[in-house]
Amino acid sequence: MITVDPGTYVQLLALVQNSIIAAAVLGIVGGLIGVFVMQRDMAFAVHGISELSFAGAAAALLLGLNVVGGSIVGSLIAAGLIGVLGAKARDRNSIIGVLMPFGLGLGILFLALYPGRSGNKFGLLTGQIISVDLPQLGLLIGISIVVLVALLIVWRPLTFDSLDAEVASARGVPSRALSILFMTLLGLTVAVSVQVIGALLVMALLVTPAAAALRVSSSPVMVPVLSMVFGLVSAVGGILLAIGGSLPISPYITTISFAIYVVCRIIGSRARVAR
Amino acid sequence: MTTDPAAGGPAATPSPVLSIRGGALRVRDRELWSGLDLDVRPGEFIAVLGGNGTGKTSLLRAMLGERRLDEGTVLVGGHAAHRGHRRIGYIPQQKIAAPGTPLRGRDLVALGVNGTRWGPPISTRADREKVDALLASVGAADYADRPLGSLSGGEQQRLRVAQALADDPTLLLCDEPLMSLDLQHQRAVSELIDARRREHGTAVVFVTHDINPVLGMVDRVLYLAQGRFTVGTPDEVLRSDVLTRLYGTPVEVFRSHGRVVVVGVPELEHHHEVTA
Repeated sequence: MITVDPGTYVQLLALVQNSIIAAAVLGIVGGLIGVFVMQRDMAFAVHGISELSFAGAAAALLLGLNVVGGSIVGSLIAAGLIGVLGAKARDRNSIIGVLMPFGLGLGILFLALYPGRSGNKFGLLTGQIISVDLPQLGLLIGISIVVLVALLIVWRPLTFDSLDAEVASARGVPSRALSILFMTLLGLTVAVSVQVIGALLVMALLVTPAAAALRVSSSPVMVPVLSMVFGLVSAVGGILLAIGGSLPISPYITTISFAIYVVCRIIGSRARVAR
Repeated sequence: MTTDPAAGGPAATPSPVLSIRGGALRVRDRELWSGLDLDVRPGEFIAVLGGNGTGKTSLLRAMLGERRLDEGTVLVGGHAAHRGHRRIGYIPQQKIAAPGTPLRGRDLVALGVNGTRWGPPISTRADREKVDALLASVGAADYADRPLGSLSGGEQQRLRVAQALADDPTLLLCDEPLMSLDLQHQRAVSELIDARRREHGTAVVFVTHDINPVLGMVDRVLYLAQGRFTVGTPDEVLRSDVLTRLYGTPVEVFRSHGRVVVVGVPELEHHHEVTA
């Protein structure tokens, strides 16, 4: 829905250039970590972490502190709780089910108490990347790169542990430490995503791209690559479509991401491509 | 407690791959067994038999260094058992990979070759050649490139054997590896394990509730029951008088057509698909 002329669009583009870079990096990292989110059956955990991340960000907003910092603190607390209390899948789901409304409620309380602009309030729930200032954008990009590098370093042991923790541990993979590290990386990625597309929509970048990729391939190379491409296209495509119009960015991102998933499902049900 | 005098092995010539001295295992206050001495020689195939809750899997986990025995020592290759031992291959119970797993058959085997390696997941040519050789050795080359989740339980279990052989193990620890496989795959998988120990002298410790699929391969049996154990060849252990003494209640062992059936094992011990 582009309602501006091309010249103005290019000017807008220049203004949001840094937001686009942040979204691009997040799209890539989200797609990558999503592969492990799927393998470790953690989609629900992503949602749980994002609500506490929202509460943290809202608290920071209320107290006049760094919002990204608050978001990270909330994320890491949630990731830690889920990691420690929910080692088994069944425990995990109930812990997340308990944490999620608590976090969301806390966040809404902080926002209700916050006297500032209401735009900032909804931003945390539904996305506000354009209104994030430059230093914070730098922080988001930096965190994403740290997660990316860490994932590449632990890739094989983490894959082994995700597939078969018992054998991996017998072979000397430090299962426990890896699982704590993974929850930390996931918490950080969620905190970044909350800033970009909002707490309620985090799954569109952390779950949907990987789920789509898994529909069309089972190659350990193709799945992460496709997932990263899908994440990147959704995040950047969403911003490019949104800046020309009056609608927020998030619905564009979630719609592109969903559309990719639907197409992958259709392709996947016709023929599974091995490579 | 019945300890077989031959527990140290009939002819203890080569140094044992695995050596347990004075092993005891307790669950809370209950003693599962104590005074376990066991030496496993290169190329020897030992079946560990017993019902649920007799500490079979805990014993295996102690060999893997995943837990400690409550008493006694476990030495693997002369050193205390520890996690991540390079020369131990481990084949767990069949666990079906979820259909969406982003791995193919060969990738499961590759995890045995480089799954503990840190750093960007780039496989070297040597890794790939090793994986191909392992796949060929278990006859899994045909389905190596298919998604793991689309393979049958038997096919996945063959791949796990290949994975366990990746580091040329001197000791192969198998925890109910034939569980829920059909007869044909039971035979195929147990023959792969048997061939490995014959051709490479790899010692095998095979935890199972049913000895029949491997009866013709087993050198010795470690039978755990009722807080006691006994060790010996299948002919020495799988006898009515021996098991009656072990269980402390009349037990009958029937042998027919190369199969062993044990009748009269107390209910609490395990329920009875038990044919050991």
